[in-house]
Amino acid sequence: MEKSIKKYWPVFVIPTFTAFIIGFAWPFLQGLYLSFCQFITIDRANFNGIANYIYALTEEQFGYSFWFTSLFAIVSTLCINIAGLAIALALTRGIRGTNLFRSVFFMPNLIGGIVLGYIWNILLNCALTLLGKPLLSLHAPYGFIGLVILMCWQQIGYMMIIYIAGLQAIPNDYLEAARIDGATEWQTLWKVKLPNLMPSITICLFLSLTNGFKLFDQNLALTGGDPAHATEMLALNIYQTFYGRSGPQWKGYGQAKAVIFCILVIVISLLQLRSTRSKEVQQ
Amino acid sequence: MKKVFALLLALAMMLSLAACSSGTTTDTSSTTSTDTPSTDTSTPDATEAPAADAGEDAATEATGAVYYLNFKPEQDEAWQNLAAAYTEETGVPVTVVTAASNTYEQTLMSEIAKSTPPTLFQVNGPVGLANWKDYCYDLTGSAVLGELTSDSFTLKDGDATLAISYLIESYGIITNKTLLAEAGYTIEDIQSFEDLKAVAEDITARSDELGFAAFTSAGMDASSDWRFKTHLANLPIYFEYQDRGITSTDAIQGTYLDNYKAIFDLYINNSTCEPAMLSSKTGDDSRNEFLAGEAVFYQNGSWEYTNLVGEGKFTDDDLAMIPIYIGVGDEANQGLCTGTENYWCVNNSAAEEDIQATLDFLYWCVTSETGTKAMAEDMAFVIPFKNAQESPNLFVKQDAEYTAAGKTPVSWNFTTMPSENWKNELGNALTAYAAGTGDWDGVVSAFVDGWATEYAAANG
Repeated sequence: MEKSIKKYWPVFVIPTFTAFIIGFAWPFLQGLYLSFCQFITIDRANFNGIANYIYALTEEQFGYSFWFTSLFAIVSTLCINIAGLAIALALTRGIRGTNLFRSVFFMPNLIGGIVLGYIWNILLNCALTLLGKPLLSLHAPYGFIGLVILMCWQQIGYMMIIYIAGLQAIPNDYLEAARIDGATEWQTLWKVKLPNLMPSITICLFLSLTNGFKLFDQNLALTGGDPAHATEMLALNIYQTFYGRSGPQWKGYGQAKAVIFCILVIVISLLQLRSTRSKEVQQ
Repeated sequence: MKKVFALLLALAMMLSLAACSSGTTTDTSSTTSTDTPSTDTSTPDATEAPAADAGEDAATEATGAVYYLNFKPEQDEAWQNLAAAYTEETGVPVTVVTAASNTYEQTLMSEIAKSTPPTLFQVNGPVGLANWKDYCYDLTGSAVLGELTSDSFTLKDGDATLAISYLIESYGIITNKTLLAEAGYTIEDIQSFEDLKAVAEDITARSDELGFAAFTSAGMDASSDWRFKTHLANLPIYFEYQDRGITSTDAIQGTYLDNYKAIFDLYINNSTCEPAMLSSKTGDDSRNEFLAGEAVFYQNGSWEYTNLVGEGKFTDDDLAMIPIYIGVGDEANQGLCTGTENYWCVNNSAAEEDIQATLDFLYWCVTSETGTKAMAEDMAFVIPFKNAQESPNLFVKQDAEYTAAGKTPVSWNFTTMPSENWKNELGNALTAYAAGTGDWDGVVSAFVDGWATEYAAANG
């Protein structure tokens, strides 16, 4: 066994490794290089130093998008995880039809972001029209709330599945011991279930936080950044810089923003991973 | 182990990001940007003489191929048919790809970086050309250039002719004459902005009784807002340019913005829908309202002809196009807005035989019987070439009638608008104004201040 692994490891490693180099490492390095260039097509790039980064970091709209995105990521992470966990707790109590409910809650996740965005755009605009309020693309707070609703609807089911798996992995002995010791439901939740759920919480927070930061298609389809860029999140801002403008300088700016964005997301998610991981317990 | 896991997760996340920010490419020599311009200067010499004679055609047939990235979705089918006809006749493969509405620039950007880039693409005027001029083959001396009826249909950079216009279009207010007659008017009653306003407001006042509105929805969705942020905005720009005797400017003064407001107010207050709902109305909505007879007036251009006339739609007798009056200048002698924003450019980075094949294809399109007929009839284009055939397009004929009657066409000055972003900001301001969440000062500022900022940003 050991021998054949030693002999055949390239068969298993090389295809994936090549794919990784072609599909990720090389484009990433090229993208990094292009962020120091002005270009229209990537085969004719002119190096221009750190000017792109200076522009990107001083652009007002990019800063605004950063704060808007941060706010969105925090609000949506909280909503999704609280609701997801609550539903998971409800659906692990052995009520009738549990499996049906699980499938129904998970389903929205199967629809693509663009489609969801347009569907919710129509739904919310209809509701706003009936209420006589300005439409989504005219009033930034509604756009923000709309985005949160959309993300919750899409993501809660997914997180719920992860939480359910985590809850089912908690040994029954713990719960039984807690019950015998006279712990209330609430105490069981806080002292037994949640500490044992920390690995699930880590992964769910990670997923929803990064999803919130990287949100693009839902943003594009639901509000398109309207009114006047007020609901434009980072990814959409980069896209608009890159494609919405013509001229070689804008491609460079867009690329520099993308690199900054990438670093930002990595830093934030590493911080989050570290802080939740430290609270995990060993079973 | 945990650290490794965390790092892996972070990497997995970066993957999706990097994948969107830099397109895939088969060209690994991304840094060799300096050697391409040298081929730019050498290629024109090689094909100085028009290569339309049969001998050279035969030589290029075997190797060359044409790839046209088309800008106009309305004419996609007609182009596909024409391409097939050319392939059948000559054996040269022609691929026509049409970029989806509003995505031309980004499609071109990613397509042109590929190993088989489009050999033929479009720019929308001088501002568009500025972005792409390094990719344009110098058409000086080519056979197709010699077929143009006037030199004014070209775009130049210094001595090099980089782009040629291939069609002339007109826009104005498309009018449903049948409905107008029901309301008790004819198009002769509308000779000025005052007339238009009076008719529109009268129709609005009686709309319950008549069962239709004056204007179709002035939709501010991206599929429709160009009718107002670009085409309608051309009028105040045109009259200002006339006054100042210029053809482009780095700072617009906005002399006629009050008139722009007046016509926009007229559109949104006499329409099929509430102004607050306009932000979600699309171009299709507006056209469908017009087709369904819900409104008399529909601002759009001659390219809409094929969408409006046909089986189960209108006949030529139902329709007319009238000038957009905004209450400025000599309204009695104002014609339709006529011009072009469709220019052909040949890609200089394509293989030499493909460039030649493309030039041959263009020459064939504008000279051969099949080509000119397809362009005139199937696409309903008026092309500025010597062999052009008469188009059955009603609006185009009307433009000719207006001109023959001594009216002056309004030229297309929106090609000098400083950037796409300027148009978008103006569109945003108009949408907010229409919905009541913004005021007209926002529009003025987007128009005047935005022009100066964008011009400076684009021209450094």
